[in-house]
Amino acid sequence: MCRVVDLQQAVLAKNTMAAGILRSELTARGTTVVNLLSSPGSGKTALLERELTIARERAVPAAALTADLATENDAVRLSRSGVPVKQVLTDGLCHLEADMLAGHLHNWLPEDTRLLFVENVGNLVCPASYDLGETLRVVLASVTEGEDKPLKYPTAFGLAHLVIVTKADLAGPAEFDEAAFRAHVQQVNPGVEVVLSSVRSGQGAGLLVERALAAAEGAEVHAPVMAQARA
Amino acid sequence: MHEMSVALSVVDQVEQAARARGALGVQHVHLDIGELAGVVSDSLRFCFGLACAGTLLEGSELVTRSVPGSARCAPCGRTWDTGMPPDMLCPDCRAAATELVAGRELRITEVRWAADTAAPGSPAQPATILEES
Repeated sequence: MCRVVDLQQAVLAKNTMAAGILRSELTARGTTVVNLLSSPGSGKTALLERELTIARERAVPAAALTADLATENDAVRLSRSGVPVKQVLTDGLCHLEADMLAGHLHNWLPEDTRLLFVENVGNLVCPASYDLGETLRVVLASVTEGEDKPLKYPTAFGLAHLVIVTKADLAGPAEFDEAAFRAHVQQVNPGVEVVLSSVRSGQGAGLLVERALAAAEGAEVHAPVMAQARA
Repeated sequence: MHEMSVALSVVDQVEQAARARGALGVQHVHLDIGELAGVVSDSLRFCFGLACAGTLLEGSELVTRSVPGSARCAPCGRTWDTGMPPDMLCPDCRAAATELVAGRELRITEVRWAADTAAPGSPAQPATILEES
């Protein structure tokens, strides 16, 4: 007879515990974390630059931490919004973990931060497994990536609290089938909200800030069925 | 490539259990991997070999078993294999599944110590790994 040990508790529990502590600490000081996941090139940085600018215009204290394998290009772009931005270089690591994030926030995150946006490493596989203490997990896909992206990366889309379709102004030329994309999202994550956005046309401007603020104020966040797994 | 992080954690956990039992070597580590756990078994096996180097697990084999995704619809009382890509909508009523019954596991099911190095009194027995609180 051998007792069964749930490795998810042993491996990811370490991260989940760190994430829980971070969430509690940040919530206690009034900061809500938004974790942004997408493939490389989906438009996380462009969307975030717009939303940070809007947050600043609306006097919502926001900050952003952006993770990449190399270069500080994203931090330079996000800094144009005027909010505090920190670049994290992962030196090849494909994802952020909660204790890494906590370390980077230490002695940096301004005390009055209401919304902290974390731009994860561009990758739809590994970051999906790591809770960063976020209240809102947002998964992005651009119209040029194909309608079946949610089926190809079911864990990432299946655990999303909000799905944003980016570069919506290119939907026509890309022959993006919005109905098929929505159906695929619903298949892996029934009930999750899917919204369209275009930084170029202004479509969906401010939506991410609004959803993040609502979550920060205690509005109910979508509960993905994939997250309702038995222990 | 978060499989390396997972492999290191497996090695760490088994090594702790081995030390607690006085075992000096490991033959097999059996792992259940859910279809929706986001872990690639081939990649994990490759990383496991690297992660074992210089530890009590050096030379041990990682045996993985894939666990199909399974979801349940409470109103219909129906349970179904979600498949891959998964279908989280009930085949009968097309409503959202109430819960995912299986498919996100990442679980050690059995560890077998090397026969000639097991602690006295427990030769070649499957390991009992004490659950960490």
